[in-house]
Amino acid sequence: MIPAQFGYVRPESVDEAVASLAEAGEDAKVLAGGQSLLPLMRLRLAYPEALIDLDRVAELRGVRDDGDALFIGAMTTHHDVVRDPLVHAHAPLLAQATATVADPAVRHRGTFGGSLVHADPAGDLPAVTLALDAVFVARSPRGIREIPAADFFVDLLTSALEPDELLTGVRVPKLGEGWGCHYEKFHRTAQAWAIVGVACAVRRSNGTVAEARIALTNMASRPVRAHAVETAVAGGPVSLDAFRSAAGAAAEGTDPPADLHGSAEYRRHLARVLTARALATAAGAP
Amino acid sequence: MTAPVQSTAPGEIGSARKRSEDARLITGRTQWTDNIQLPGMCHVAFLRSPYAHARITRVDVEAAKGQPGVIAVFSGQDFADEQGSLPCAWPVTEDIIIPAHPALAVSEVRHVGEAVACVVARDRYAAADALESIDVDYEPLEPVLDMEEALREGSPVVHSEHGTNRSYQWVFENGDLDAAFRDAPVVLERRYVQQRLIPAAMEPRAVVCEPFGDEFRLWSATQIPHVLRVMLAMVTGIAEHQIRVIAPDVGGGFGSKLQVYAEEVLCLLLARRLGRPVKWTESRSEGTMATHHGRDQIQRLTLAAERDGRIRGLKVDLLADMGAYLMLVTPGIPLLGAFMFNGIYKMDAYSFTCTGVFTTKTPTDAYRGAGRPEATYAIERLMDELAAEVGLDPIEVRRRNWIRHEEFPYDTIAGLTYDSGNYEAATERAQILFEYDRLRAEQADRRDRGDPVQLGIGVSTFTEMCGLAPSRVLGSLSYGAGGWEHASVRMLPTGKVEVVTGSSAHGQGHETAWAQIAADALGVPFEDIRVLHGDTQVAPKGMDTYGSRSLAVGGIALHNACLKVVDKARTVAAHLLEAAEQDIEFEGGRFSVRGVRDQAKTMQEVALAVFAAHDLPDGVEPSLDSDATFDPDDFSFPHGTHLCAAEVDTETGFVRLRSYVAVDDVGKVVNPLIVEGQVHGGLAQGIAQALYEEAVYDEAGNLTTTTLADYLVPSAADLPAFTTDRTESPATTNPLGVKGVGEAGTIASTPAVVNAIVDALRPHGVHDVPMPCTPERVWLAITQGAGGGLGSTSGGNP
Repeated sequence: MIPAQFGYVRPESVDEAVASLAEAGEDAKVLAGGQSLLPLMRLRLAYPEALIDLDRVAELRGVRDDGDALFIGAMTTHHDVVRDPLVHAHAPLLAQATATVADPAVRHRGTFGGSLVHADPAGDLPAVTLALDAVFVARSPRGIREIPAADFFVDLLTSALEPDELLTGVRVPKLGEGWGCHYEKFHRTAQAWAIVGVACAVRRSNGTVAEARIALTNMASRPVRAHAVETAVAGGPVSLDAFRSAAGAAAEGTDPPADLHGSAEYRRHLARVLTARALATAAGAP
Repeated sequence: MTAPVQSTAPGEIGSARKRSEDARLITGRTQWTDNIQLPGMCHVAFLRSPYAHARITRVDVEAAKGQPGVIAVFSGQDFADEQGSLPCAWPVTEDIIIPAHPALAVSEVRHVGEAVACVVARDRYAAADALESIDVDYEPLEPVLDMEEALREGSPVVHSEHGTNRSYQWVFENGDLDAAFRDAPVVLERRYVQQRLIPAAMEPRAVVCEPFGDEFRLWSATQIPHVLRVMLAMVTGIAEHQIRVIAPDVGGGFGSKLQVYAEEVLCLLLARRLGRPVKWTESRSEGTMATHHGRDQIQRLTLAAERDGRIRGLKVDLLADMGAYLMLVTPGIPLLGAFMFNGIYKMDAYSFTCTGVFTTKTPTDAYRGAGRPEATYAIERLMDELAAEVGLDPIEVRRRNWIRHEEFPYDTIAGLTYDSGNYEAATERAQILFEYDRLRAEQADRRDRGDPVQLGIGVSTFTEMCGLAPSRVLGSLSYGAGGWEHASVRMLPTGKVEVVTGSSAHGQGHETAWAQIAADALGVPFEDIRVLHGDTQVAPKGMDTYGSRSLAVGGIALHNACLKVVDKARTVAAHLLEAAEQDIEFEGGRFSVRGVRDQAKTMQEVALAVFAAHDLPDGVEPSLDSDATFDPDDFSFPHGTHLCAAEVDTETGFVRLRSYVAVDDVGKVVNPLIVEGQVHGGLAQGIAQALYEEAVYDEAGNLTTTTLADYLVPSAADLPAFTTDRTESPATTNPLGVKGVGEAGTIASTPAVVNAIVDALRPHGVHDVPMPCTPERVWLAITQGAGGGLGSTSGGNP
């Protein structure tokens, strides 16, 4: 299809981008990698009046060590996230999940920040940031605002960003010693979205589960934490049976969609099975 | 009949050459229709119906006419007097209902995506924008979505003027059915659904039409430039010799470009009306609704057999979804399966009934395999069901029924004569490569352990009829044309060769394979041969490319044309060598006098001598150029044994294909690399039907799978590494011994995969999973047991 006419701005700095966005008003959209926005425009499901293209804003790219966290620039491509040594060392869950996003072509264009702001509940990265308690950093003419992941995803394709706010990056807390993690993605073809995904990080201590963090992809209109499961496994043994039993609660508090790829009931079933598997892999259960 | 495959052949034929056309096709440095730019060219966009079924009460194009860049806007009413009716060339019965099919809907729309108006503008963007200003008033009518309901009394009717949704009923019967079914120890009744598929060729359709003097040049991403030219003339009344159709490089078709489309007719009419060139390029989403679909059958099958697994008879009762209209060969597609439901098996009685049904969906027509995949699926699934019923290994039950190699040529119960084959050899080879016994042992072990991941083994011992087709057979089936193919050879003065073929490639590698055939026959180097095709002015005669016919029909025409060149050259060579013609030997491109090897003239020398024409024998015309038209005596019958190992995760329903062995017998092979490519692509497409693809309509008749995010086409990442091999039973019905290969992989693989899934789950009480076997459907089949949980595809097991 052919997109409708739109204005186009290509700022070269964050300051310029923030100013452009404020000036363009509510009907402007920020263009990051374009892997979600451009298809919507081509299908004429989105009619932005103007695009603020961040492609030339170099300061938004890259991963840097920020003490007890990593700061990942919003325009860092998926490809660069997957290859980044800091991400591998301190946020392997993010590297794993990002490696499952779509296909190599999309990963070379698509960006970390773009896919988060898009807030697609079927996207892989929102659940990862939720599981890792990441903090979103936004800039606007009013200054800098920090938004915890738990507050960032509001609804289907809706983030907590105000129309004049630009996501500059995300602070992802480093996982320390003893943590294992796994992203369990269930999809029909390699390029397809997750029917259900489970982002899971487990800290082992003395042969038991000290702490678990679990967030689910595509089980509601936004990513959800499986708090009941987290509580159930904490302090318990590292065993598949224990994880299966605890994962029986994985679908609690979810409101999964029903579509061509699966009914809500099937998704709830998958959430239980996959959560147990994700826990077992993350914790290295025998 | 069967010889071991030789790894090295002496000449070009048999050589695994890389395809010479690929560099330009892969880099795109070539002419796709959408690349064509002409001075003054304008762009067309179509407004399409959002309703499955509605009366058009008003179309207001005035506002759109005023939009920036717009040149003209038309509704169906504006073309009502000149657009004619899109053609159906296969009226399969005398009383078939063939409804009028206007290219641009005039008073009623009958499927979502049917074109109702068009904008011509200076660029694509302006055309797309202006569509939003066209105002159409629709009066919604009841959609017709379910074939069985469509045939019931009181159902809404797609074409109210005909009063019924039944287009035709076609019947075939052979043998004593009563005897076969009376007191049969085993009777299996099954109901299988062939879901609707979207062909999804890589290159979307595109059309360019240019008025040029008193001629119209029409470029189209089509498989059938020759047929299209004839049909455009018949539909529009523009004289055939004033239409030149060009199919430049075409990026795949799979049958979807074996069609005469509304957009082709309308671009021609728009070019005539506006007097300037026009272009239309389909978008992917548009194509999912406006390009024809494939499959979509409900199959009711009854098989009678002995307790020892021998088949007595088979009854087939089909409902075939035509969609909203009959397009070029829509009604004939399911009938291509009529002769294939018996597969490779012997039986005493067979009946086939097909009812064509109208629905308010995109019309169906040819899609890779066209009728034969549906038939092969049914019989190969039934053979596995029979094996389970009588307690035999699925290969053993097939062995007890198949035609033995010494029985060829064999007249089947469906009235065909299979010329050659060796099912034993292909099956034996496949079992070895697959490590059949080892996998069966692993399967038993997993069952014993209650492993959550179960292993299933799927068998498909298929054959198919292709190489379409003997003209007299097509005539007896009421098809509107013959099945011959044409080729000509031009010997250039410098010894180079131009080969002209009527079979135009859209990805099959003709330019390589045809050069290999000509190189061997003419004794000239491969590199000195150029293959021309796809332009009705360059290649004036042709029946085009579909039905795995190119090599088995067009390749033979080329071979015969080359032999004529050699005969003409031999006369001239004898004259130049001052020898009697019967003493001239031709080998490796040299004409020599028998016994005097050093006195010789090369083909190139003869070509130059004929060009000069200074010294030719009396009465010999100064040309070596030759042509040939080949009409086959019989179809071509490739066959093979495909074995699939599938791991089924019983907790999630996920199916992972672990290994896939395809041993195909396509007779003599011109280029093994091309054959392997065809098999790989075919497997991917057949596996896609088994696991991934389905065109889904909602209850209002909207197609919901209009993007590749919803219509899942698998990629290499989703498929196992295929193990392919061949046996070789040369065709006895053509001089090269070749058979078709374009559709074999697709035909064979779908039942192999579903058989594997069902085989894995039989201990769970599953005897069917409807296609595509999505994880959810597999999981439901397991949790609800007996495969009847979905209630839609399996009859009882009496």
